[in-house]
Amino acid sequence: MGLDIRWPIGMMFSLIGVLLLIEGAIGGDKELSLGININLIWGIVLLVFGVLMLLGAMRGRKTPPAA
Amino acid sequence: MQPIHLAWVDYTILIAYVAFVLGIGWVLARYMKTSSDFLTSARSIPTWVTGLAFMAANLGALELVGMAASGAKYGIAQVHFYWIGAIPAMVFLAVFMMPFYYGSKARSVPEYLKMRFNEPVRALNALSFAVMTVFASGISMDALARLLTNLLPWKLHTNILGMDFGSYDIYLWICSGVVLLYVLKGGLTSAIYTEVLQFFMIVLGFAPVVYLGLRDAGGWHSVKNSLQGVATNPSAFYLQPAGIHYAPDAWTSAWKPVLAGPTANPLGVDWFAVVFGLGFVLSFGYWCVNFLVVQRAMAAKNMTAARNTPLIAAVPKMLFPILVILPGMVAIALASMPSKDYRIPPPIVSQADYTKAVEVVKNANPADAAAVKAVGNALGEKVDTTKVTQLIAANAANKLSDVQIQEGLYNSIAENDYNSVILSLLKKYCPPGLLGLALTALLASFMSGMAGNVTAFNTIWTYDLYQAYLVRNKSDAHYFWMGKCITVVGIVLSIFCAYVSKQYNNAMDIIQLVFGFVNAPIFATMLLGMFWKRATGIGAFIGLFGGIAGSTVFHAFTTTVSNVDADGHVINHMKGGYLGVVSKFPSEMAQNFWLAIFAFTICFLATVFISLATRRTKTDEQLKGLVYSLTPKTVDHNLPIWQRPPVIGTVLMIACVILNIIFW
Repeated sequence: MGLDIRWPIGMMFSLIGVLLLIEGAIGGDKELSLGININLIWGIVLLVFGVLMLLGAMRGRKTPPAA
Repeated sequence: MQPIHLAWVDYTILIAYVAFVLGIGWVLARYMKTSSDFLTSARSIPTWVTGLAFMAANLGALELVGMAASGAKYGIAQVHFYWIGAIPAMVFLAVFMMPFYYGSKARSVPEYLKMRFNEPVRALNALSFAVMTVFASGISMDALARLLTNLLPWKLHTNILGMDFGSYDIYLWICSGVVLLYVLKGGLTSAIYTEVLQFFMIVLGFAPVVYLGLRDAGGWHSVKNSLQGVATNPSAFYLQPAGIHYAPDAWTSAWKPVLAGPTANPLGVDWFAVVFGLGFVLSFGYWCVNFLVVQRAMAAKNMTAARNTPLIAAVPKMLFPILVILPGMVAIALASMPSKDYRIPPPIVSQADYTKAVEVVKNANPADAAAVKAVGNALGEKVDTTKVTQLIAANAANKLSDVQIQEGLYNSIAENDYNSVILSLLKKYCPPGLLGLALTALLASFMSGMAGNVTAFNTIWTYDLYQAYLVRNKSDAHYFWMGKCITVVGIVLSIFCAYVSKQYNNAMDIIQLVFGFVNAPIFATMLLGMFWKRATGIGAFIGLFGGIAGSTVFHAFTTTVSNVDADGHVINHMKGGYLGVVSKFPSEMAQNFWLAIFAFTICFLATVFISLATRRTKTDEQLKGLVYSLTPKTVDHNLPIWQRPPVIGTVLMIACVILNIIFW
């Protein structure tokens, strides 16, 4: 209905992914998460997810919407 | 639970989420032109969105918190709420009932009941549902405000118009305000979109935590082994009173302990109650009839989309136990491993009480038997005698610091606050960043709970109460305006209910009770209405009324074994038995399941007998499209086989059976 939900989802998770990435890269706090830099890894995963959503939304805009 | 320390990145994520939901509302506002757009999304939402929203509408934070709590307390048996208590009902709704809901063009469940039966049935269902949604919404917001008050380190205070407001009030009003804004702007579509956003946040926010917890515990096999120790001696971890022991697989086998009888499983239920009370009556009564979820399926684009919506929802629903129940099981497994330095958080004790108790420990004589009792009194909680004695002795030997003594006291409280389990895991494993995501996910689901209930409420009010009985035949613009007004009223009423819920610690139990009273009988009404053309309006009304009345009578005369003291008096009247005790159940869950079976049976039998004794008021022609035998079968031949609802439904049921077998 007017707004393809993939836009806000894509933008939101790309943003969170970037935030976690930055935090993981500069902070590198591994004490809590069993020595794994979970922020860095998960930040990348979220960014990829967000970008895939945005690509889906852009593709949706190209195909003329069904009435 | 001590406040969690949040960093800038966590606050950024939180603010970003709020900005996004408000933004979604604003963008959608320009598409809200009619009452239909606002209240029912005018049947325009893509199938995958309605599917995820269908599941997410039900996924309140109370479920996230509650399922982890139950996973710790009861183990894997909790999956019955998913694999028996949801999937079959969702498949049934999709394949058999959606054609009537969607095909009848009813805008709500009560409207369908009016078309099928008559106005009194509609009114009864609409009124009871409206009251339930407002309460459910209020309870959700109360839980959220409490969570934020305990979690965030600020002590807020303000004074408006001579009235004092503290942290709780400010959080409650701000969160309610955010929900009000995006629902007012974008209506049901806003609520649906944010529910889908919430779904992804929960999955992506909690998955890493579950992974870390499982890894820390040594993997699934290590968890299973530890849970055997937990099951054979649950009192060591304060799960059950002393002297109760279960078979080693009680926490890891879903069916064997249930089949062995109520005393063999921590839930205290028998298989009949699980299959028919939970699996049939409560489950179908919720998923097939509760307008909160059905509304999302009704918003789909076309009949096939509407039928596939619950099926799409069933896939994540089947896998959700991994995300919500498993953390609870991992938590109790960790608590049983001495090297992990973890315990299920105890109930919250004020710092003042801790300080008092620390003093008692410092002044205590290790040889004094009454010292332990004094410590317990100072804390106001039951304490583990052995641990306190050890603590006093350790302090007598080498003067421990106040902080060390307080930590020792924390570990010796012999009660568990299961609702804190998920938070304690977040605190244990999440660095800043991931923490912000997980907490925002939790926050998102509370707010979604309010939004979902309010959007269901405003539709029921506007179409089934206002338009049906109060003000008829006005323009659509009038009803659109009313829809907006009642949204505001709904939020205000929810806030009021939140304050009521604040007074009681067991508000969730009360709402479950009310759900049981109302949901169980309505399913019988719906079943007979859709599949038996002979069911009459009078029969349906008396049956429904009788079912609700029957539930209250059942509740007034039964209670649980633990709720009766040595003299036979009932301890807590909220748990039943206040008019006398005819029957005692092994647990509250057992009582709820049997209450549901009872209410369903009363409603079913009453509807059948009264229908047979009264004349039909509607002809076959009028009932076309509303009853199974009078509706042309939905044709699926033009769809590829993997898109046909009966086929997908069958595959899902097979998958469900396989899951039950794997965790037998």
